[in-house]
Amino acid sequence: MSVLDAAALTCIKRDRTLFEGLSFSVEAGELVYLRGPNGAGKTSLLRILTGLSHPDEGNVFFNQKNITSFPSEYNAQLLYLGHKSGINGALSALDNLSFWMAQHGVKQSPEVLFNVLATIGLVGLEDVPVRFLSAGQQRRVALSRLWLKKAQIWILDEPFTALDVSGIALLENAFNEHISQGGIVITTSHQALSPLAGNHRTFDLEYQW
Amino acid sequence: MVVALYKGIFKRDMSIAFQQKAELIQPLMFLLMVVTLFPLGVSPSPETLQRIGPGVIWIAAILSSLMAMERMFRDDFQDGAMEQYVLSGMPLPAVSVVKVAGHWLVSFVPLLMLSPLLAVFLNLTVDMYIALMLTLLLGTPLLSLIGAIAVGLTVGLQKGGLLLALLLIPVFIPLLIFATSAVDSAALQLPYYPQLAIIAAMLLLAVASAPFAIAYSLKVSQN
Repeated sequence: MSVLDAAALTCIKRDRTLFEGLSFSVEAGELVYLRGPNGAGKTSLLRILTGLSHPDEGNVFFNQKNITSFPSEYNAQLLYLGHKSGINGALSALDNLSFWMAQHGVKQSPEVLFNVLATIGLVGLEDVPVRFLSAGQQRRVALSRLWLKKAQIWILDEPFTALDVSGIALLENAFNEHISQGGIVITTSHQALSPLAGNHRTFDLEYQW
Repeated sequence: MVVALYKGIFKRDMSIAFQQKAELIQPLMFLLMVVTLFPLGVSPSPETLQRIGPGVIWIAAILSSLMAMERMFRDDFQDGAMEQYVLSGMPLPAVSVVKVAGHWLVSFVPLLMLSPLLAVFLNLTVDMYIALMLTLLLGTPLLSLIGAIAVGLTVGLQKGGLLLALLLIPVFIPLLIFATSAVDSAALQLPYYPQLAIIAAMLLLAVASAPFAIAYSLKVSQN
């Protein structure tokens, strides 16, 4: 049975139809790799799937329930990382993540948090204000959330931006592990996913004039 | 949920505010300088200063609050923290209340503490100062609450700063009228409770309805 369903989504931005009547469903354990040229509406589609923006027509269903009517059930199972990382430059990685965990009701011990920061390769940088870190390191701080919140659905917009080779491999391994446990990953990227990420379904979004 | 709001929003806002002390002090310095300009520009005679004093302090407070207002949501919007609030499952009106309260604490409480100094600058009597303090206590939370709606609406725009001032200044006019009228009454030894009651009524209305308006404006800015 499908977990996430998009039904006849239409999105119009500045009088240009990005997509019209778009329907698809995603089942547990699926990795959906969303492709398309710049301006095709990948980010718009992902934001509609998270419920941050509303489609001009159509609905999104999580477990057959409309996400606009039951947002809290959906939000508890959703992890969204957009272009904007949601990391405040004045705070340290540790503070950023612990405040974020408090907001999302994620209860993890400090040891777990330190372990995650070690996995992601930020040992020794926990207390440095994030604005002093490199772009790739800032990206890693944002991505640490994938290891902290137990969410079934990951919606990631260009998660590989600014990551180095080892960072990409780490993330692809995390995708593989997540889908093997019945999770769902929906991601966009301009570079192809490697076999490390596991089986994936490619979904192409055309640029419409 | 209360824990999430306290630990996730309030403590976060406080630690960010204390990392950016310059942003907190600048509006206060601005206020102090504007108030200092009046004796130099209008007249240093004690009677004139006493007459214009309450109005000067209130106008300077409104103008300096406009400078600090944007801080409320600007950074959260630009770095994407706002998206995470919306998706966190915390009710957005409650998040707005906590953010507005945090903003009031860091930008208006220092102003309240500075007000005795301003009162001395402008030769206010003790009665006038007490009335001024009461109007500031009731009026500044109102500035924060109403301001937050406008910040929520303009935060998605590229250069929202001036638009914010144009939106807010007309809305603050009634507050200014009643606040200065209360202090004027105090100067004449007249009762000023009616003016305070009207400001308190405006504040209560804002407390009851502004959180929903702020939450809605933030949602609209996400779309």
